[in-house]
Amino acid sequence: MTSEMVRADNVHKSFGSLEVLKGIDLVVNSGEVCCVLGPSGSGKSTFLRCINHLEKINAGRITVDGDLIGYRERGGKLHELGEKDVARQRRSIGMVFQRFNLFPHMTVLQNVMEAPCRVKSENKAEVRDRARALLDRVGLSEKTESYPGQLSGGQQQRVAIARALAMRPKLMLFDEPTSALDPELVGEVLDVMKDLARDGMTMVVVTHEIGFAREVGDKLIFMDGGVVVEEGAPRDVIANPQHERTRAFLSKVL
Amino acid sequence: MSDQTTTERARPEPIKAVPVRHPGRWVTIAVLAVLAAMFVHLLVTNDNFRWSFIFSSYEDGKRGVMFTGPVLEGLRGTLLLTVTSMAIGIGLGVVLAVMRLSPNKILSSVAFVYTWFFRAVPRLILAILFGNLNILWSRVGFGLPFDKQIGDLFGIDNFNGQFYSIRAADLLAGFVAGMLALGLSEAAYMAEIVRAGLQSVDQGQSEAAVALGMSRFQVLRRIVLPQAMRVIVPPTGNETIAMVKDTSLVAYVPVAGELWFQLNAVSARTFVVFPVLVAAVIWYLIICTVLMIGQFFLERHYGKGYGAVGKAKQRLRDIEVEQGGRIVDSREGS
Ligand SMILES: Nc1ncnc2c1ncn2[C@@H]1O[C@H](COP(=O)(O)OP(=O)(O)O)[C@@H](O)[C@H]1O
Ligand SMILES: [Mg+2]
Repeated sequence: MTSEMVRADNVHKSFGSLEVLKGIDLVVNSGEVCCVLGPSGSGKSTFLRCINHLEKINAGRITVDGDLIGYRERGGKLHELGEKDVARQRRSIGMVFQRFNLFPHMTVLQNVMEAPCRVKSENKAEVRDRARALLDRVGLSEKTESYPGQLSGGQQQRVAIARALAMRPKLMLFDEPTSALDPELVGEVLDVMKDLARDGMTMVVVTHEIGFAREVGDKLIFMDGGVVVEEGAPRDVIANPQHERTRAFLSKVL
Repeated sequence: MSDQTTTERARPEPIKAVPVRHPGRWVTIAVLAVLAAMFVHLLVTNDNFRWSFIFSSYEDGKRGVMFTGPVLEGLRGTLLLTVTSMAIGIGLGVVLAVMRLSPNKILSSVAFVYTWFFRAVPRLILAILFGNLNILWSRVGFGLPFDKQIGDLFGIDNFNGQFYSIRAADLLAGFVAGMLALGLSEAAYMAEIVRAGLQSVDQGQSEAAVALGMSRFQVLRRIVLPQAMRVIVPPTGNETIAMVKDTSLVAYVPVAGELWFQLNAVSARTFVVFPVLVAAVIWYLIICTVLMIGQFFLERHYGKGYGAVGKAKQRLRDIEVEQGGRIVDSREGS
């Protein structure tokens, strides 16, 4: 049960001359919840996007469940993966965005069914049952025929989570899933995420919700300026930060 | 005092005020009514319209000019030409737009040059040009370029690298030339419209789709294009209506099976000008009306999940909830 789900070794990423990630190391074991904290612009989103190859890294390596992301190693040489293989890797990695990014022209049910039907060409009736079950799980069984534009932010984000889960991922990435929500809607989304964590889903969560990190996080990393400044058990880091930058940041968000 | 605030206060009388007068509106309506009456009077009483020539019979034993055989044939040609050239325009336009937005510099430059050329050349000239292209080649076909020259190089006389060819005059005459001229020109305009549509879709949409493991083609086909349609359909409706009218340009290719050509022919034979023009106006009005109705339904289809209807429904539900009423979800199925 303690296999490595995510492993990042010395990951570097630049946009032009701007180096955003300057050597990130991270291990997240299967079933763990890893929370990522850090000030705006520290590279948290970029790192998350590297894990499912939405961004190409410049140096280092990332593996997910032992699978090298974005490349194939053959004869000591790296070969870039084609579109198909990258898509195959992404199927097992779910991602939830700050701004939901639901497909506005599809109903909630269609949103959840789209990828399993199109990408995996699964049986439609089967997918529909699964989608309904997932929507039920996130508390939205009443909303299957609504369009995203008719839902509140919290409801939209829960649909987005169900949509990602419909692909049966082994890893879920969350990029500030509650940052775009009104305060009273944050709780309903965090509840869904806690439920997922309890079920043993491996999760990497960029968040400013310290309470969530403390309660469900197995590990916490604090990033600043493209490096991991501090990492450890959430309780320890939050209660007793070792670095000045961590302390300064925590004093602002707590 | 506290007593007074808790007791229910009598509801005041509804306001009965004298509404603001709008004398300007009445004057406008009166003026418009007079103008309309004058117009109808003109249509009905002026014999130069020769309605019977248009509708019932333009020559002994013949139907009205709008409904004679050749004119109806011409109408069919016009519709066919509109549909085929718009199909070419939209299909090629989507391809060009995708090429233009591709990170591949060669593809995007090709699309740019294409758009530049076909937007610069007037359609009339293009139509005549395509009608005369068979001056350049006697035969059109697929094969090796420079086949003669390559043959000479290796000392083979009359080396033929053509796999398949037909006489250019057969292919590029009349209808096909007109269709290509209009369709290729339309593609340049459609490319710009589609590009604007694709760019109007939030980047996060394709990102979310790609993150689910969808291929680039699937993302375009299922996620980005349907949303871009909201932006693409209205100007495309414009383009289609403009195309209906531009088909009259192919009379110069020349194409005979076209509405204006046929009406013109009647005019030339009978020396009747004005009623023929009126007949043309009526036909173009009818076609464009039908197209506008089609556009209305298309816009409604692609407005799903956005439009005023969805917003109104949502608002209605909010109000019901605010009032402590029931939530109407169960009958939302439609
Ligand atoms: N596509 C991009 N092109 C150029 N710069 C980018 C891009 N994406 C992010 N950046 C830059 O990278 C830095 C880190 O961004 P990000 O990873 O979004 O930070 P965070 O999520 O921690 O707020 C920022 O300075 C941002 O401007
Ligand atoms: Mg971010």
